[in-house]
Amino acid sequence: MKKSKLSLLLVLSLVLSMFLAACSGGTKNEGKKTDEGKKNAGTEETTLADEQVLNVLETAEIPSMDSVMSQDVLSFTMLNATNEGLYRLDPDQKVIPGVAEGAPTYNDDKTVITIKLKQDTKWSNGDPVTAHDFVFAWQRAIDPKVAAPYGAYFMEGKIKNASEIVAGKAKLDDLGIKALDDYTVEITLVRALPYIESYLTFPLFYPQNKKFVEAEGANYAKDATHLLYNGPFKMTKWDGPTGTEWVLEKNADYVNAKDVTLEKINFNVSKDPQASANAYTAGEADITGKLAQAAILSQFEGQKDLLRYQEPSIWWLKMNEKNKALKNVNIRKAIALSVDKKALTEDVLANGSIPADFLVPKGFSFLDGKDFRDTAGTYLSTNKEEAKKLWEKGLKETGLKEVKFTYVGQDTETSKLTDAFVKDQLEKNLPGLKITVEAVPFKIRIAREDAQDYDLLMGGWGPDYADPMTYMDLWVTGGGQNHMDYGNPEFDKLIKSASEELVAKPQDRWKALQDAEKILLEDDAAIAPLYQRSVNLLINPKVQGFAHHAFGPDYSYQWIKITK
Amino acid sequence: MAKYILQRTGYMIITLLIVTSLTFFLMKLIPGSPFNNFEKLSDVQRGILLDKYGLNEPLPVQYFNYMRNLVKGDLGISFQFDNTPVTELIANRIGPSAQLGLQAMIVGAIIGIFLGVIAALKQNTWIDYGSTFIAVVGKSVPSFIFAGLLQYYISVKLHLLPVMLWKGPEYTILPTIALAMFPISIAARFMRTEMIEVLGSDYITLARAKGASRWQISLKHALRNALIPVVTVLGPLAVSLMTGSLVIEQIFGIPGLGEQFVKSINMNDYPVIMGTNILFAVLFVVVILIVDILYGIIDPRIRISGGKTK
Repeated sequence: MKKSKLSLLLVLSLVLSMFLAACSGGTKNEGKKTDEGKKNAGTEETTLADEQVLNVLETAEIPSMDSVMSQDVLSFTMLNATNEGLYRLDPDQKVIPGVAEGAPTYNDDKTVITIKLKQDTKWSNGDPVTAHDFVFAWQRAIDPKVAAPYGAYFMEGKIKNASEIVAGKAKLDDLGIKALDDYTVEITLVRALPYIESYLTFPLFYPQNKKFVEAEGANYAKDATHLLYNGPFKMTKWDGPTGTEWVLEKNADYVNAKDVTLEKINFNVSKDPQASANAYTAGEADITGKLAQAAILSQFEGQKDLLRYQEPSIWWLKMNEKNKALKNVNIRKAIALSVDKKALTEDVLANGSIPADFLVPKGFSFLDGKDFRDTAGTYLSTNKEEAKKLWEKGLKETGLKEVKFTYVGQDTETSKLTDAFVKDQLEKNLPGLKITVEAVPFKIRIAREDAQDYDLLMGGWGPDYADPMTYMDLWVTGGGQNHMDYGNPEFDKLIKSASEELVAKPQDRWKALQDAEKILLEDDAAIAPLYQRSVNLLINPKVQGFAHHAFGPDYSYQWIKITK
Repeated sequence: MAKYILQRTGYMIITLLIVTSLTFFLMKLIPGSPFNNFEKLSDVQRGILLDKYGLNEPLPVQYFNYMRNLVKGDLGISFQFDNTPVTELIANRIGPSAQLGLQAMIVGAIIGIFLGVIAALKQNTWIDYGSTFIAVVGKSVPSFIFAGLLQYYISVKLHLLPVMLWKGPEYTILPTIALAMFPISIAARFMRTEMIEVLGSDYITLARAKGASRWQISLKHALRNALIPVVTVLGPLAVSLMTGSLVIEQIFGIPGLGEQFVKSINMNDYPVIMGTNILFAVLFVVVILIVDILYGIIDPRIRISGGKTK
């Protein structure tokens, strides 16, 4: 009896020890690897490292590498790294020539733009990049048969005949882009656009090699082998949109290849922020994806690994004027003034976000080197006393005693914290107010907004182009993004003149937009701006020259140098 | 037996048809559009997109189109991943999930059954309490806590294993352990309860009276009978582990199916929701059938006699 007992235990312990041995076998090797990595990190010199290889964590897969079909920031970033349009953004957000030889030339009313192209730019298959490649890509983007999600959105009302093509009233060839010869592009606009040059940096306007795209057919952009590149890097590994790892390598044929130091970038997807931070700490990544959680950021606060900057992303409370109470301007003002934005950004979000007493974000749009924000005012700063007075006034005017609002928020961690805080602030400060928060997924929030099925809604906006207008024209009467029944003829008039007659007078146009912002916030309190978001990511101090952008692609990798 | 399996297959097809249809209509009740940035588009632009994907058709027509394609094995194209067929998406993602799930299941079942058996044999000793403690902890502490702790201490602090990603056998160890905690606790709890019950039954007393050794009784007679309920639970559990765990896959950066499935629901990616749901349903019904057949092997008293009565 005893014998069999012992033998059973023996067998079991053998099995277990085998399992454990397997574990520690793998571990020893790993330990060595990371130790070596650490040693390298220890020696600090400004000279270039021998190995110019970067390891980057991204938070998602690349949905599309077809510049015409892509519509998300990660795709834009990868397209920006592997391709080149007429122009691109430099690290200071200035527009610099890409395939274009230099700055464009305009006709008198600035509606016809002529751009000369460099004659020595090449696709990765050796074909030259010509004006026809731009015409082809632009036509593909507006072709209703292709149904590019962003094509019409970016071209309608801006590029000549785009709307007519979408409506089926014009042919593709009528689109306002022509190849005057192999290396000259002529673009015709519906009306002058003050921001056209930075607009043209957007990946939607990149060239595509007609011969290649048509030969590939449905396989185009399926994976790294079904793509052509004309930018700083070539994609050498990517299994397609479901791939969670991909590799960029320096493109020797790139026209500015001599300015690219980085040899290789390995990308991996990590969707968990704490895990990304762990991988960074363990030396397995040089750059993490964006991290927003205060709990994670606090581990790195004050360290040189933490890169923090304000992005032009504004978060606000929308107030639906379908609701009788919210139709009243004093009630709207009371809500806008009641939330302690400083406490929200410093204590709740605690990620470097800043209070927004404005609509057009800081550090985003400039005229003659001056930030729009520096020459405009601040509105709706937190003032709880004033809010209380306005609230009572508003209640009297509407004849209401108690008000109940449905507040639509998102189901993300950050959003839930924010929403709980805002609810608490409003209910505490405004007697008789009851708020029901509904935390829903992003898609449903959008659907609720679209259907105007909310009273208060936490939303945000990032820019589509580098001009204050991308935030301002949202609120015109009946505008596509209004969805809250706001309307003010005076505001509409200012927006209209800023998009039409004032286009040639940048100073006056700027003034008109600033006046419109004042009407929207100070006079009407149409929305309650809360904060401008910050980006936080971890980046190895050895990595120099990492550039981030305010719109379109998030980052540029081509100026990165890895130092020793 | 063949007749039984045939009959069961018929039921399985009916089950799948119901699951597919229900999923289809429930999914369409979720508000919102499958397209990104849909809210920015004008009505004409929206119309073009909806037409392209056949979403302008009345719901019954969409349903029949879907079912017709399904029969042909065409699961459609993902909205989120531009131009990617759902079959390809699932094929690319199921591998890591299945491997991880299988490893966790094997580790979990072996350790769990072992813990359960020794706890039952050493009832009310420190071994029993220790095993119960492990089971309770495994069941009640969420896997992301284990995952986070393992990742932090084993990888970040001690540098023993890679923090994350899925590039080789050593990358699978931590996620396997984290994921195995749940099957360990389930197997251990069931095993202990069943063993204690079986050990108290008459035929064990008889075997003992006949002079069989205690270990012989435990392993030969008791274990086999006690395994039946455990197999019942572990079968479907294996399916849910092998189809991917959202949390573990996210924390360890594993390119699996679990995270994909949740994302597809959040993003209204209809073809992916349908595809993964059908896959899960098929796996479940097949595993339940296998479990039923296994009963007969583990316990000869359970005879599959489906056809005989008719």
